[in-house]
This record gives sequence, C-alpha cells and structure tokens, in this order.
Amino acid sequence: MTDLVVEARGMGKTFGSGVEATEALRGIDLDIASGDFVSLIGPSGCGKSTLLRLIGDLVSPTVGSLTVNGKEPGRARLDRDYGIVFQSATLLDWRTVEKNVELPLEIMDFSPEERPARAREMLDLVQLGGFAEHYPWQLSGGMQQRVAIARALAFRPSLLLMDEPFGALDEMTRELMQQEVLRLWEETDTSVVFVTHSIPEAVFLSTRVVVMSPRPGRISREIAVDLPRRRDDDTRESARYFELITEVREALRKGEREGA
Amino acid sequence: MTERDEFIHETSATDVLAAFEGDLPGAPPRRSWRSLLVQYLPALVSFVAVILVWEGLTRLLGVESFLLPKPSEVMASFVDTAPVIWGAGQRTLVEALGGLGIGVTLAVLTSLAAARWVGFREGVLPLAIAANATPIVALAPIFNNWFSSTSPVSKMAVVAVVVYFPVMINTTRGLLEVDPAEIELMRSLAATPAEVTRRVRIPRALPFFFASLKVASALSLIAAIVAEYFGGPQDVLGQYIINRANLFQFPDAWAAILVASILGVALYLIVLGAERLLMPWHVSFRATQ
Repeated sequence: MTDLVVEARGMGKTFGSGVEATEALRGIDLDIASGDFVSLIGPSGCGKSTLLRLIGDLVSPTVGSLTVNGKEPGRARLDRDYGIVFQSATLLDWRTVEKNVELPLEIMDFSPEERPARAREMLDLVQLGGFAEHYPWQLSGGMQQRVAIARALAFRPSLLLMDEPFGALDEMTRELMQQEVLRLWEETDTSVVFVTHSIPEAVFLSTRVVVMSPRPGRISREIAVDLPRRRDDDTRESARYFELITEVREALRKGEREGA
Repeated sequence: MTERDEFIHETSATDVLAAFEGDLPGAPPRRSWRSLLVQYLPALVSFVAVILVWEGLTRLLGVESFLLPKPSEVMASFVDTAPVIWGAGQRTLVEALGGLGIGVTLAVLTSLAAARWVGFREGVLPLAIAANATPIVALAPIFNNWFSSTSPVSKMAVVAVVVYFPVMINTTRGLLEVDPAEIELMRSLAATPAEVTRRVRIPRALPFFFASLKVASALSLIAAIVAEYFGGPQDVLGQYIINRANLFQFPDAWAAILVASILGVALYLIVLGAERLLMPWHVSFRATQ
C-alpha cells in the first residue's frame, strides 16, 4: 500500500453553505499508484479541476479521506511532495526564464551555487537551454508553458499535477508538448495527474483515464490505457488508440445522461 | 514590436522546435541619440514656437511687463539673479525632498502593514481615502504654528502630508492586486506570507508605487512653495516670488518660477530613471525598446 501516491475514499467537496451550497464532488474513490499517468477528463463543471486542487491542498475536502504519499494533503504540500502546472504559465514577468525556474529553489533554501545549476539542467530537459536569460514576454505560449513545467519539476517532486496545461495552445504545439511531457515522465520517474477536456490527449498520455460526470461531480468510469508505453505519431494512428478514444467518448456520454 | 518579437510570435505556432536551434539575441539594442532626437523633436519644436509667439505677441501688442513679461526679460532676470534664485531654489528643494522622503517612507510602511493585516486595512484605508479628499495644503498655517514657521521642518511636514496619501493608496492597491494564480503557485510551494510579499507582492506593486511617486515628486515642490507663502524665512522660492511680485518686479518672479519648473522636471526625470533601473521588465517600456 505504500506505493500509492494518492488515495481517496468517499471524498466530497461542497463550496459555500445553506442555500448557496454547491456540491462540486461526491463519493470520490481514487487510487493513483507510483509511476501512474492519470488523466481526469469530463465536461466543464464535473469537478476535475477541484479534484486536482484537493490533491494539491489548494482546497480541503468537506467529507471523506484523502492522503497524498500516505500523508495528509497539507503535510504533503508543506513537504513539497508535488509540483503544479496551471492552465496559464503564471511566470513572474520581472524574472528571467532561469530565475523563474529558480523560484521554488529559492523558497526551499537551496544553496545559491546549486540553484542555477539545477535550473539550467531543468531548462535543458524542456529544451529551452538557450533561453535562460530571456524574459517570459519574449517567449511563445508553448515555450512559457515549458518553463512552468521546468519550474514544477525543479525540486524533483514525486508527483506532478497539471491543470489543463495545454488548453491555451494551438493543436500543433499541443501535440509537441504532449510528446515532451511523456518524455519527461519517463526520464524523471514522476507520477502525473493531468486534467484535460480533450479525449485524444487523455488517451495518448495516460496509463489510466478517469472519466468524470457533472452535477454533482463524480467518477463514472476508469479506463486502463493498454497502449504500448512508448508512444509516438504511430500511436496516434493505431487502431487501439481509436478504440480507446471511442470508449472514453461513450463513457463521457453515458455519464452525462445519468447526470442530467 | 521589434523584428525579434515578430519572429517569436510568428514562430509560436508551428516552428517551436525550429526556434530552439538558433538562440535569439539577448538584450535589445539601446536607442541611438538620433532616434531620441526624432522622438522628442515635436515637443522641442512646440516649446520653441510657444516662446517665439509669446515674445512676438507681447512686443506687438505692447503688453505691460507686470501683466506678462517678455521671455527675453525673464531670461535676462534669470541670468542676473542666478545666485539668488538658485540659492532660494536649493532651500525649497531641501524642504521638498525632506518632506518627500518622510511622506513616502511613512506611506510605504503603512501600505506594507495594510497588505499584511486585514483589520488594519479595513480600519485605516477608508479614513485615508477620506483624508485624501481634503485639501491638505490648508493645514500649512497650522503646521507653521506647530513646527515654528522659521524652521524648514514646518514646510517638510506639509509636503509629507501632501505626498503621503497618493503614495500610500496606490502602493497598497499594488500590493493587493496580485493575480490569484500567483498566490496559488506560492501556496503550492509552501511559501510563507513574508515570502509572498517579498517575491510577488512587492514586485507587482512597484509600477503602482512609481506612478504615485511621479505624482508625489511634482506635488512635493508645489506643497513646499505653497507652504512658504504662509510665512517663514525670506530666502526661499515662495517668499521670493511674493516679494518680487509685490515690488512689481514680475520678470524676477517669473525667473524664480522657471527655477521651480526646472527643479520639478529634474525631480521627475530622476524618478523616471529610477523606475527604469528597478523594473526594466515593465510592459510600458517594451514599446520603446
């Protein structure tokens, strides 16, 4: 049981109280094992982002239990067990690319000698080695998101949380970034929780797709992705890939009908 | 947009990987003197035109010197009385800078406290906004009484109170108007509130602070001179202007006003320079790079 990165039992989240209460999540049971790449997919309002934010201790569950790396989420956050990437890159625009990647290292009291070395290493990993001295506004959206990923991984967390990180990117850049994230996942030994509303993205990236349905948000189905671990453009054209996409789509439709 | 910016924006779609192969140039090139001259030429031309029209009309219509002296008369007085008016200017400047220093320091400390403690913010800010709407210069006679009208401290006190409110209100706004995503990012990194203030709130507040400092630097000279009108030593700009005007020596008064105006512009340029030095990243400078 120790290799469970995330373990949720009967977890629910309600925002507000009284007549204004909104039940965002109900009865969430979820296990994420070390090394998993789990996508949370569902229509808007299904609580997939909320679930991610619960794991990251950015909000707290109303009922049920949740552990991250076997600890309370708050403890895991203070222990810096996870790195997070938001939909917008959220780079500090007064810092150069390198200094942005160093931000977590500064807060975590890494030595001044170690910080630039670590940051350069991470920038090489996301193929932005030549852009260390640039400012965020000098980069394209895809490049900014790479910096955000480098920042999230700079302190080598065991868990990477990604909240629709490629939602604002065009299709071509998006596919490049997906390839990139898979490479990073293999090279860094990190478990990933990935929120998306794109079915092909979820199938292409994940070892497991968690399908969610709205009102109230709950898990309607979990689909294991049995594609070969090594994925590339051929994967996107394989028959099994399309079958899985169909399976996820049907699960989403079914969940939607039951919710309505 | 520079060529390089266009390059980056165009490559963003499909050529992301191609862009990795060649590094982009580092800092943007500095502007040449020539392009600076071209940029400020219209302002220079209209300044010269105003002076020429002023000189021409006052000569042509025979306007009396006590109504509006000719620019040539003002310049003559500016040269003749240079030691006197620059000496007065220096003493007025000391009052303005002293008050500016005190007022801005207190304003920044208040802002940091207001950003840190909600109770303080809710208790004090509404009062500050109300106080800001009062014409504070009206306090000058009272401050002359409190701090002795012969001491520059009474003028500094007026200046400090005048510059305090705009700087405090704007800086507080800057400290509080932070992107919620940035706060979440800092929370995910388990940063302390002090870290959030140091690494996110203060850099975010700098543009607000400098915008208010530009206003405050102009206000400081105005406040110092107005405070001088209410009495005190005679060797300062405010009193000198009153005395020369009472003697119908209007070109002298205008020459002193010219000194005040030069000091005001100099102060503004210093603030502008400090702003560029401290926040070279800011969006308002990018267009000129």
